[in-house]
Amino acid sequence: MREITYAQAIKEAMSEEMRRDENVFLMGEDVGLYGGAFGVSLGMFEEFGPERVRDTPISEAVIAGAATGAAVTGMRPIAEIMFSDFCTIAMDQLVNQAAKMRYMFGGKAQVPMVLRMPEGSGTGAAAQHSQSLEAWFCHVPGLKVVTASTPADAKGLLTAAIRDNNPVVFFEQKLLYRVKGDVPEGEYVLPLGKSHVAREGSDITLVTYGRMLPLCLDVADAMAKEGISVEIIDPRTLYPIDMEPIIESVKKTSRALIVHEACLTGGLGGEIAARIAQSEAFYYLDAPIHRVCGLDVPVPYCPELEKNIVPTAPKITAAIYELMQ
Amino acid sequence: MYSKEKYAEMLEKMLLTRRFEEKVSYFFAMGMIHGTTHLYVGEEAVATGVCTALKQEDLIVSTHRGHGHCISKGIDLNKMMAELLGKSTGYCKGKGGSMHIADLNVGNLGANGVVGGGLPLAVGAGLTTQMKKIDRIVVCFFGDGASNQGTFHESLNLAAVWKLPILFVLENNKYGMSNSIKNSTAIDNLTVRADSYGMKGTEVDGMDVLKVHAATIEARNYVLQNGPMLLVCDTYRYLGHSKSDANVYRTTEEIESWKARDAIAQLENYLVENKIFTQDEIDAFEKDTRQQIEDATAYAQKSDYPSINDIETDVYA
Repeated sequence: MREITYAQAIKEAMSEEMRRDENVFLMGEDVGLYGGAFGVSLGMFEEFGPERVRDTPISEAVIAGAATGAAVTGMRPIAEIMFSDFCTIAMDQLVNQAAKMRYMFGGKAQVPMVLRMPEGSGTGAAAQHSQSLEAWFCHVPGLKVVTASTPADAKGLLTAAIRDNNPVVFFEQKLLYRVKGDVPEGEYVLPLGKSHVAREGSDITLVTYGRMLPLCLDVADAMAKEGISVEIIDPRTLYPIDMEPIIESVKKTSRALIVHEACLTGGLGGEIAARIAQSEAFYYLDAPIHRVCGLDVPVPYCPELEKNIVPTAPKITAAIYELMQ
Repeated sequence: MYSKEKYAEMLEKMLLTRRFEEKVSYFFAMGMIHGTTHLYVGEEAVATGVCTALKQEDLIVSTHRGHGHCISKGIDLNKMMAELLGKSTGYCKGKGGSMHIADLNVGNLGANGVVGGGLPLAVGAGLTTQMKKIDRIVVCFFGDGASNQGTFHESLNLAAVWKLPILFVLENNKYGMSNSIKNSTAIDNLTVRADSYGMKGTEVDGMDVLKVHAATIEARNYVLQNGPMLLVCDTYRYLGHSKSDANVYRTTEEIESWKARDAIAQLENYLVENKIFTQDEIDAFEKDTRQQIEDATAYAQKSDYPSINDIETDVYA
């Protein structure tokens, strides 16, 4: 094992799959010689050429739609939407076309495509370049929604997404792009639709994903010193979500906390909380299910404001103490 | 001049389309089909003229007004009628209905409920064709209404930049639902929109199936050699936009003026005048196509509805 960054892990997954399967290709704005807005595909243009690493015009609707049309006719496209915020422009193609095609055609079509979308705040890019919109896509049967919280997960989950025969929306965490971690060399696939116990514990179940995972792991380390044992579960696939490990964990700990960067209202945390409450884990609860999520505001520009709209270590710590009372 | 078989194919497809739509219209009037549907009556020469000029392996992307495209590209009428009646034997197992009929086996990538929704999909199908070096073209049908959607402009531009083998067929029936093209579009001649993308654009009389057919043969060759092209077909829908349409936005005179140029009557006259078929033979086509629709209707009516147990099937591959 060697250490590489989250961005390098994504590039490695794409490159390995493109070497393995000639039907896989990458398209998007500035993904070619420029290497992508965040440098994720740097060097791929040189290796695979302009046919398979395709620069597109600034046309998100046709990027998503062409990926869909290519997928349904036999390719396995990976399309990059430069900032996930721009998915709004691609929404019809993704929601009404890609997601529906198989079902509304009676199972005859398959749409093996990945839409890669960098998300999240913390870059000073303000309201139109910083959102976390994953919950929107979890409301669309036919799509799979995945996000990776570590470099190794980025490689394993993206590889699985590329091999999946469904449209997968793959959210990348902008603030994790430069984070390094151990990543297996060679073929590495993590199954979609499986939650992962990222840290074992016994006092409280904390469900989180994306760039909140490293933060929550740090909080859990600090809590351990206070004698509170936090179990952390990362769903990895946000939709369809694997609830079983979460429910089993809550039955063990009797307390549940959900942390995500996305806005609280309508966020995935509400769905996870509802599913816990509707399960047998409800009867084990010693405290109300709690959420620490992004504030319900557009992402502000000023760094001090921007830092404080997302869950922070003090906010998460306070929630844990409250649940432990 | 074409072979007798080709003329027969054109006449049969146009007749089947009209008889199919008449039957569907009747079902709606009787309350036997729910939801809505968009009938192609009046526009038959476009779908038939284009599709009979294609090769089997060519792909089409269709629209919400797609029954004519389906029939002309080649379809099992039984499965198509069954789909409209929501039966399990339908093309989409009763889950798609009128606006989502697709038959990937004959190169029909599907109708589309979103105006302009199919254009980006055609770009993707064209991309597959180019990357896999397949000897075929993609035909993308859409209307004058769709030509005001952003996807039209994004798709024509990208298809032109990448020189994809796509024939964009604009069915100009003059109305986006009730809104006349005079109120919705700042130019009269839609072929000039192709100029913006460095693309060839031509216009053809969409009420004359032979002209559409000839234009498509020429366009197909052009597309295979040069990349995308826009073919604007001047046509008209006789019936309302959908079943809820009372046709208050246009005059009877206008509708009648187009019916006077009816594509099917034109072709039948041509075939008799040029002694390609006798009137008796034409009558036999009329009778046979009516029977095919009756047979499809009987098949659909005796088919079963899908099981509730299958309600969650086919969401994912």
